[in-house]
Amino acid sequence: MTEPLLAVRGLRKRFGGLVATDGVDLDVAEGETLAVIGPNGAGKTTLIAQLSGDLAPDAGTIRFAGAEVTALPAATRSHRGLARSFQITSIFREFTALDNVALAVQAHAGHSFHFWRRAREERALREPAQAVLAQVGLAARADVQAGALAHGEQRQLEIAMALATHPRLLLLDEPVAGMGIDESQRMVQLLRTLRGRHTILLIEHDMDAVFALADRISVMVYGRVIATGTPEAIRANAEVRRAYLGEEAPA
Amino acid sequence: MHARALTLAAGFVALALVPPVAALLNQPFYLDLVRRIMIFAIAAVSLDLILGFGGMVSFGHAAYLGIGAYAVAIPAFYGIHSGFVQWPLAVGLSGLVALLIGTVSLRTSGVYFIMITLAFAQMLYYLGISINAWGADDGMRLARRSQFAGGLDLGNATVFYYVVLGLLVLLLWLGHRLIHARFGMVIRAAKSNEPRMRAVGFATFRYKLAAFVLAGAVCGLAGALLTNQTEYLTPSYMHWTRSGDIMVMVILGGMGTLFGPVLGAFVFLLLEDVLAAWTTHWQAVLGPLLVLIVLYARRGLWGLMPGSRDD
Repeated sequence: MTEPLLAVRGLRKRFGGLVATDGVDLDVAEGETLAVIGPNGAGKTTLIAQLSGDLAPDAGTIRFAGAEVTALPAATRSHRGLARSFQITSIFREFTALDNVALAVQAHAGHSFHFWRRAREERALREPAQAVLAQVGLAARADVQAGALAHGEQRQLEIAMALATHPRLLLLDEPVAGMGIDESQRMVQLLRTLRGRHTILLIEHDMDAVFALADRISVMVYGRVIATGTPEAIRANAEVRRAYLGEEAPA
Repeated sequence: MHARALTLAAGFVALALVPPVAALLNQPFYLDLVRRIMIFAIAAVSLDLILGFGGMVSFGHAAYLGIGAYAVAIPAFYGIHSGFVQWPLAVGLSGLVALLIGTVSLRTSGVYFIMITLAFAQMLYYLGISINAWGADDGMRLARRSQFAGGLDLGNATVFYYVVLGLLVLLLWLGHRLIHARFGMVIRAAKSNEPRMRAVGFATFRYKLAAFVLAGAVCGLAGALLTNQTEYLTPSYMHWTRSGDIMVMVILGGMGTLFGPVLGAFVFLLLEDVLAAWTTHWQAVLGPLLVLIVLYARRGLWGLMPGSRDD
């Protein structure tokens, strides 16, 4: 059996008295979409932050693409092929949508110690950026200041920035959070086009989105993964229903 | 573009005309004053590179002003008057010190960064006032301005004026290229959202450090000019109030704009010059002005100029 693209073992993170990540084991195979669900405060975003390198775990290992990345900073992981989107929209608000994506392209197009040539006139940066914007459905909004985009468009822009780094694994932190029905349907549609082409680890509250996208689902409660399985198995799992879907256990 | 080009052209023509007009009016004092202002404008532009564009609130920028000044005065004290030695030394030494200070302080952010940069500058200030051989807190006179054999005679007030103007214009031109090049995009985006920069794959530290070193080196040049201007060296160039002055120039003129700090230097130093003649409490006027600017003009005075939105 080949090694999974992402293999997490015994990951622990403690904030004072709160154990946010409590011995998490997780595998994501190349090409699959794994959804991590769980109630608020279950430690899902903390998990993503450790995978992306924004937060250092207290214990445990993260292996990605056959090498250990546990101690690598976020920027280095990006170059290994990890890309994340943020739960709370994280974009360059003062820059245009195209600038935002072009910056992501630039990060992977050699060093940036160029002091003379106008970055906005570099076709090697602008053309790939424009193509990715088109892919997420923002081609017509390229020159709009990112801070002035609608909420749903900003979420699409986040995905575009992640895609522009040519990731092997996309870490998506609640991509449809805070969206209206139309917007979230459009986002699910977009994520569906990425499925299979990219390996995806998806954190999401919206169960429609999860069941529409996930190949497998892991359920997190109080920092632990209590169950992993196919969507059907998770739907049927009594422990999951009790802990997460809010059903009372039969007396 | 059109309005801005006109604003800038008017500004530079006015600056270029100062020497003949001052000569016509027989008021060499104005030549001296505007030259001094332009030297501080160079320092303010260099600070704005890291403060306004890079979001690094350095409260110790006057340290490099002092290092540049010492790099001219100390060789001169030992009989080395060549500007070809002094000026590269000023730039190189300031850049080197900025590299050391930046390597330490850029590991912090927010208030800690402000305090550490301030602390380093004050350390250098106290070093300056404690070295008796080089004038301690009295400072020392510069026997002669930097000599450029076979070239420019800075002893000539007008020549020195155009050298400073030329350096200011050169700096603004290079700065304009830099902020729109890849490097500039990186430091500006890092100011906007640094976690996002790391997430897309930028090791931001090295770019911020490079900007910090560049800013220090340019301010070192301003220090070399300043000590030539005053023909005097004093450690008070490095005092924290001087760092504050330069920062006020940047904020007044417009943080994150290229020409704002130049405007800020003019307004600040002209106000000082005019008001200080009336009252020693001239900062009582400056203070409220600064508050109004910060509250109501996000891009400072430059933001109120025609065409300023284009850059």
